[in-house]
Amino acid sequence: MEKLINDFSFGLFFWQTLLFLLLLFLLKKYAWKPILNAIKDREDGIKNALESAKEARKEMQNLTADNERILKEARTQREEILKEARSMKANMIEETKEEVKMIREDLMAKTKEEIANEKQAAIADLKNQVADLSIDIAEKIVKGQLDAKDKQVKLIESMLKDVKLN
Amino acid sequence: MRIKLFYILTLVFFGFNMFAQEHGEHQKEHMNIYEEEHTPEALKLKDKIKEDIQHHLKDSHDFVLFSDTQKGKHYGIPLPVILWDNGLKIFSSSRFHHGEEVAEVNGSFYKLYHGKIYKTDAKGTINYDDHHHPANAKPLDFSITKSVFSIILMALFMLWFFSSMAKSYKKHDGVPKGIAAFMEPIVLFIRDDIAIPNIGEKHYAKYMNYLLTIFFFIWFFNMLGLFPLGINVTGNIAITFALALLTFIITQFSGNKNYWKHIFWMPGVPWPMKIILAPIELLGVFIKPFALLIRLYANISAGHIVLMSLIGLMFVFNNWLGSSLSFFLAFAISMIEILVALLQAYIFTMLSALYFGFAVEEHDDH
Repeated sequence: MEKLINDFSFGLFFWQTLLFLLLLFLLKKYAWKPILNAIKDREDGIKNALESAKEARKEMQNLTADNERILKEARTQREEILKEARSMKANMIEETKEEVKMIREDLMAKTKEEIANEKQAAIADLKNQVADLSIDIAEKIVKGQLDAKDKQVKLIESMLKDVKLN
Repeated sequence: MRIKLFYILTLVFFGFNMFAQEHGEHQKEHMNIYEEEHTPEALKLKDKIKEDIQHHLKDSHDFVLFSDTQKGKHYGIPLPVILWDNGLKIFSSSRFHHGEEVAEVNGSFYKLYHGKIYKTDAKGTINYDDHHHPANAKPLDFSITKSVFSIILMALFMLWFFSSMAKSYKKHDGVPKGIAAFMEPIVLFIRDDIAIPNIGEKHYAKYMNYLLTIFFFIWFFNMLGLFPLGINVTGNIAITFALALLTFIITQFSGNKNYWKHIFWMPGVPWPMKIILAPIELLGVFIKPFALLIRLYANISAGHIVLMSLIGLMFVFNNWLGSSLSFFLAFAISMIEILVALLQAYIFTMLSALYFGFAVEEHDDH
């Protein structure tokens, strides 16, 4: 202990304290602060980069999931549409068939009617012509027969007789 | 990764040290061969080695790189002596002529005796007391001694070294390159393995400056002490005292309510125990930094003594077997000393951080 006290030099202690504090102050200002800040900035940068990478990966996963979901949806939708189209086609064919049938039937009926009408008209026409022809013939016959006055009177009398009967 | 780094560091410094040491031994050999030719008695050589070691461990007023004891010549530079003795007195240490002459300054006479400056008469008489200690008056000595000079140089070096490291970050946009790549793991080690676990996430930041400075200061000086220049700064009690005092002051000033409560009125124990514990805890406050200063001083001094003794043994044996044996022993001790240099810096920093941690700790339990 005595040796320690004897070895102790106040001057050296004084200079050491002074110089060390000065060194501490200068190093703090010119070395430790920029060094520690640089390290901290870099560490923060790495941390942020890692975090954003993680985020991006998560987003990517979400996106892929979304894509898959959308694809699936699209597929089901397509199927639905196809199904619908198929059924629609079937319906349309069915409807068309029905319609065609109806139209045909209608047409047929109309044609039949027309034919009937035409027939009727033709018959009527024929009747008229026959009647005209008959009248003509009758006229001619009557003309021939009624050349004499008595014949005319006789006819009128018979006709009148007929009218009375009618 | 960390282990690998320390391995590389050790290798780097080891290489340097080996080269340097061989150099130093060479010088020593040179000067001792001379001595043995003239004073062949081994006893005298042993005393000489002992004195050399003693001299090396102490601070000195000039920066002597090596000496030729035979011719009485010292190679090195003198340093300024600054005394406070009824006014400031500044003069070159060359006027002491390495303790051989009396320096006369403005009518006062000073003599260098065993590394200390005493006020004497014109003849330089030293009076001794009963315990054979000099009884002369000692003026207050603020000299720029070898250690102070080394501290100034080291401070300049550290400033240049770490500010260029800081600049390299700016230059490379935050990417560590060159010095920064080399030193960053150590800085990170101090932050992540010393400061944060001991002080805590919340408070550690404001102690980082001190912890980094103290770690590199002690480590660099410990390493410098292994160089053959014979600079022994961290093995100096005044230095370790100053460092430990700073740790002590910072600890007390950052002490929160809980810290003081745990010292004077320990919570969670019955009151008679509180009274008994208070003085013990108070004593602990002073013992902690005291242990810190003694630990560093003793480790570094002991390392230097052992290493120098082993190197001295080479010349005591003076034969190929014994000398080479001591050479390899000195080699092994050098290796260990490199480890000790780092370890002591680590321990000092770690314990400082631990004490700061005690001071700022927040107990919400109990």
